Amino acid sequence: MITDIDAKLLEKIADLTGKPAAALNIRKDSGCEARQSTEHIEITGKTDKPGIDIRIKDGTRGEKCYIPVIISRTGLTEMVYNDFFVGDNCDVEIVAGCGIHNSGCDESRHDGVHTFYIGKNSRVRYSEKHYGENAPDQTGRNVMNPQTIVYLGEGSVMEMDTIQIRGIDSTKRFTKFVCEAGSEVVVTERLLTHGRQIAESDMEIQLNGDDARGRVISRSVAQDASEQVFYPRMEGNARCFGHVQCDSIIMGQAKVKSIPAIAANCTEAQLIHEAAIGKIAGDQLLKLETLGLSPEEAEETILKGFLR
Amino acid sequence: MLELKNISYRVSTPEGELDILNDITLTIPDHKLVVFTGPNGGGKTTLAKVIMGLIRPTAGQILYNGQDVTDLDITARARLGISYGFQQPPRFKGITVHDLLLLAAGGEKLSKDRCCNYLTQVGLCANDYLDREVDASLSGGEVKRIEIATILARKGRLMIFDEPEAGIDLWSFARLTETFEQLHATGNATMIIISHQERIIRLADEIIVVAGGQIAHRGTTEEIFPLILADTLGSCPVMNRKEAAQ
Repeated sequence: MITDIDAKLLEKIADLTGKPAAALNIRKDSGCEARQSTEHIEITGKTDKPGIDIRIKDGTRGEKCYIPVIISRTGLTEMVYNDFFVGDNCDVEIVAGCGIHNSGCDESRHDGVHTFYIGKNSRVRYSEKHYGENAPDQTGRNVMNPQTIVYLGEGSVMEMDTIQIRGIDSTKRFTKFVCEAGSEVVVTERLLTHGRQIAESDMEIQLNGDDARGRVISRSVAQDASEQVFYPRMEGNARCFGHVQCDSIIMGQAKVKSIPAIAANCTEAQLIHEAAIGKIAGDQLLKLETLGLSPEEAEETILKGFLR
Repeated sequence: MLELKNISYRVSTPEGELDILNDITLTIPDHKLVVFTGPNGGGKTTLAKVIMGLIRPTAGQILYNGQDVTDLDITARARLGISYGFQQPPRFKGITVHDLLLLAAGGEKLSKDRCCNYLTQVGLCANDYLDREVDASLSGGEVKRIEIATILARKGRLMIFDEPEAGIDLWSFARLTETFEQLHATGNATMIIISHQERIIRLADEIIVVAGGQIAHRGTTEEIFPLILADTLGSCPVMNRKEAAQ
């Protein structure tokens, strides 16, 4: 049963209200709360391990698929495997995301491995939002360790948008792309940590085919005494173009480590990386204050824009 | 009306105390266009920042429409209708030109047409700029013009512009001068413009020459402009000697 708390989580992590006319799988507390397939997108449960298979037929265009996960029980730990088989010439949007409402004092944890097998000349927009919260006066930790592994076929494009909104005490993310000729990947990662939270993001982009393109945009805000480590790696194994850009705003007593790496194994590979860590610039705050914002509103506006 | 009474701003340096502003008293009536000009390092920007609250004076009093604002912070002064266009505006990752204009307009709902109007007044096309982030992808001149557009959207009763012409190309500068002229003609706002440009100086109801932390001269364009021209050689002893020898 979807409670009011669940509904709010679903809206927050997947912009999902009601039941859309789209392929859908809602996982709640390790069970299947809702599932529906469409003519072109079939969702089936795995029989050998927890998780689902999503099969998208060749030529599927303009369809959306929602696969959010919510956890409302304290002390629940799960490991989930979701596999996506996207055919050729598709243009689809997949909305994932995980929300935890921890009702007690024990750790709730979701570990997920999403593996994408994308055919030729397809376009996939994939978004995932991660969010955690505690019931009043409860202190259970919220942990999420998402892994995303993508095999991108010739001429295909994947835009991955991954956001950690707030409330995740510990996360260890792993993202890997294997890109064939003429394919393109754009990964936008936005991450907020606060309190004593810890976040690690490990990313590996292999540009294996001629004219493959990769772009990683990582923006993070580390508040209070939280800690973040980024390790995006881009590897050029053909005539390709890759760009890694990491920007972090550091606040309070936070610590941020950013270690972008580029490796070219082909003379025709062009790879660029940029990384910057710094506090909110004083002149940005002053400018917004001259527009009538209080110092607190100015800070919030800057962070909101940065993580948009 | 803006009244500055005995404003001083003193800083400590390794060489001792230094007066950046020294006992400035000044009244600017409503709806006037006043240009602050004078040599670099003379105190123009500091004086403008003192009015906005970006710098707290070490002595003196500031009255705005009769209210003592000396101890008010930037936000409070902005909410009273004082606005400030920075000489070197900051850039914001993730914040678009549209966002900035909305923030500047406060609670007012700003239609796309209205935004377009503000951007046109600084020589920018809304279609090209409205959705762009105010980040490093914009040139210095573009950011500067967006800065001025935010001041227009703010509709403050007292607008301060710190060297609005800096970094702006000649064509856009001509457009900007027209905008200041039109804004002045509507009589809705008092404008303080820090400038060295003759075309802007000539728009002024009053010119105030700030030098050495004090008001060196003040008067109409006709009175002050010849003094500025005469002063262009005044500070260079070598040129003065050459002039004298001829």
